Amino acid sequence: MRTIQFREALREAMSEEMRRDERVFLMGEEVAEYNGAYKVSQGMLDEFGAKRVIDTPIAELGFAGIGVGAAANGLKPIIEFMTFNFSLVAIDQVINSAAKMMSMSGGQYSCPIVFRGPTGNAGMLSSQHSQNFENWYANCPGLKVVVPSNPYDAKGLLKASIRDEDPVIFMESELMYGDKGEVPEEEYLIPIGVADVKREGEDVTIVSFGKMMKVALAAAEELAKENISVEVVDLRTVRPIDFETVLKSVKKTNRVVVVEEAWPLASISSEIAYNVQRNAFDYLDAPVVRVTCMDVPLPYAPTLIEASLPNVARTVKAIKEVMYQKA
Amino acid sequence: MAVTKDAKEKKATKVQAETKFSKETYMRWYEMMVLMRKFEEKAGQLYGQQKIKGFCHLYIGQEACAAGAITALTKDDKWITAYRDHAHPLGLGTSPNAVMAELFAKATGCSKGKGGSMHIFDKEVNFIGGHGIVGGQVPLGAGIAFAEKYSGTKNLCICYMGDGAVRQGALHEAFNMAMLWKLPVIFVVENNGYAMGTSVQRTSNVHDLYKIGLGYDMPSEPVNGMRCEDIHEAVARAAERARNGEGPTFLEFKTYRYKGHSMSDPAKYRTKEELEEYRNQDPIESVRYTILENKYATEEELQAIDDKVKAQVQESVEFAENSPYPDPSELFTDIYVQKDYPYIME
Repeated sequence: MRTIQFREALREAMSEEMRRDERVFLMGEEVAEYNGAYKVSQGMLDEFGAKRVIDTPIAELGFAGIGVGAAANGLKPIIEFMTFNFSLVAIDQVINSAAKMMSMSGGQYSCPIVFRGPTGNAGMLSSQHSQNFENWYANCPGLKVVVPSNPYDAKGLLKASIRDEDPVIFMESELMYGDKGEVPEEEYLIPIGVADVKREGEDVTIVSFGKMMKVALAAAEELAKENISVEVVDLRTVRPIDFETVLKSVKKTNRVVVVEEAWPLASISSEIAYNVQRNAFDYLDAPVVRVTCMDVPLPYAPTLIEASLPNVARTVKAIKEVMYQKA
Repeated sequence: MAVTKDAKEKKATKVQAETKFSKETYMRWYEMMVLMRKFEEKAGQLYGQQKIKGFCHLYIGQEACAAGAITALTKDDKWITAYRDHAHPLGLGTSPNAVMAELFAKATGCSKGKGGSMHIFDKEVNFIGGHGIVGGQVPLGAGIAFAEKYSGTKNLCICYMGDGAVRQGALHEAFNMAMLWKLPVIFVVENNGYAMGTSVQRTSNVHDLYKIGLGYDMPSEPVNGMRCEDIHEAVARAAERARNGEGPTFLEFKTYRYKGHSMSDPAKYRTKEELEEYRNQDPIESVRYTILENKYATEEELQAIDDKVKAQVQESVEFAENSPYPDPSELFTDIYVQKDYPYIME
C-alpha cells in the first residue's frame, strides 16, 4: 500500500469531500494563497478556487461565527484554526452557537460544521502555544471531538466528520503533519465514536489518543522486551468516548494506564478512570494510573518540557506500577 | 391634562398624513404592531403572575423597527436577532400560540419548550433566533448571508442587535469580513439608548452608532426608529444594495423601549420626561393617525382589528395554558442530529 503524510491524508479527505459536495468549503487564516500555515491545504485554492478556499483576516471569533451561521443556513463549512490555542477567542461561537443551535431551536436548525487544526505542544513554543483543549471541548454536549493518531485514521475520520450533520471539533498536531502512514487509494470512512485496538496484549491496557498514541505504542514495544504484553486502545474520538471497547480490554487485562497530553484536572483520563472504576471495579487488579502533562503551563526550555510531557519512561513506570513490578 | 394637549400638538407636527405607502402597507403595519404590543403586554402581565419564567425582554415601543423592515423584504430573506425576539417572528407570521407556548415552556412552543423567551426560532418564516449572548448573533448573521451569496440566491440576511452589542469585538470582526466579502446582510442596531442600565453615552466616545460602520467603509445611516415609513425606506435601499452584490449596510434605528431591560428592571436610570417624549412618537399611534387622516380605515375598522388581535392573544394564552410541558424523555432529543448519540448517563 502507498504511504502518505498526515497532512496529505487530511488534504485528500477535504478535497474528496469538496468534490463530492458543493456545500463544503474551507475557511481560515492562510488556507488559500499561502497554501496553509502547515501546508495541509496545499493546492486546494488552485483546484477549488477562491469561492471555496477562503483566506480570512486574523479574526477567529468572527470567522468561527460566520461558519456557524453558514452551517445553520445550509452549508457545510470546514473552519481551520491555525492552532486550537487560538480557538479560545472563538470559543463563544463554538460553545454558545454551534453546540446550542439544535437545542435552543428545538431541533429546527442544525449546525453541520468542522472546526479543525492542531492541538497540544509543538516543540519549544512556550505556554500560550502548547495547550490541549480536547477535554474542554469534549465537556460540552452538542459537540463531537475527534483526535486521530495516524494518517489512515485522520483521513477516514475527517471524511466522516465533514459528512456528519453535527458540529465536530477535529484536532491534529503540528508535530504529526509530516508523519507517514499507509493510506489506501480507495475511498473509506471511519465512524466517529469508535475506538480502535492498535495493539493487542494480555497483561495491561494503555488507553490513549492523538499524538500520545506514539508514546503508548513505544512503551508497549519497550515492555515487550521484558515479556510484558500491553494492549493499546486508541480512543480516536473523545466525545463520544467508546467506553465499551475500553471496558472490554480492561476486563481482559485487569490493569489500565491512561496516557494523555492535557493537564490532569478534569481530563479525559479522569473520565476514563471514573468509568472503569464504575463499570469494571471487580475486574481491576490495581488502581487506574494516568500519565499526563504536569499541572503547569508548558514552558520554553527543553529540560522543562521534558520534565512535563508524558513520555515512554513515565509510561513504562506507570505500567510497572499497575503490575506491582519494580521500575 | 396639559401634557396630553402638548402631546397632541407634537404628534400633529411630527406625523405627516401624506404618504407614498399604500393602504395595504399601513394596514399590515397596524395589525402586526398591535399584535406585537398586545402580545407583549399580555406576556408582561403573565410574567408578573409567574406563568412565564426565566428572562423576558419586551419590545414595547420598538415595534416599528421590526414592522417597517418586514414590509421592505421578501419571504425568502433570513432574520436573526438577540434575545428581545418576540416581535420579529410575530410580525413575520409565526403563530402567537407557538410563541406564547414557548414562553410558558410548553412542548407546543416553537422551540418545544427548550429555548424560552430568548430563543424563539421559526424555520417556516426564516427566523433563525433568538440568541442570548450580546453580539454573538452578528457573525452568525454575516454567516447566514455568506451562505446565501455562496449558494447564488438573491436573498439577504437582516441581522438585528441592541446598542450594547456594538461594543462587542464580534461585531467589529463580522463587519470587517462582511464588507470585505460584500455579503448580502443588513445590520440593524435598535438603539434604545440603554445597554441594560448603561446609557450609550457611558459606553464609548462614539454616540452616533451608525458611524461605527464607517470605519469599515460600510454604507451606514441613522434612521428614525419610531417611524415604519423611514425604516421601510432605509431597509429597502439597503436590500437593493445587498441584492446587487454591493454588500452590507449598517442602519441605526433610534428607538426606545417603554419598559425596563427585562422584567426585573424598574428602569430607574432614566427620566419620566424622556419616556414621555418617545411615547409621544409612538409608532402604533403614528400609523393609526395616518390611516385615519387618509381614510384608509375608520375608527370602527381599527377597533375591529384591535378586538381580533386581542382574541388572538387570548387564544394564545389558553393554548399555552392547556399545552403540556415537554416529557422528561425530551431531555435527550434535539441536541444532535445523530439519533443514537451515546450520552453519558451516570
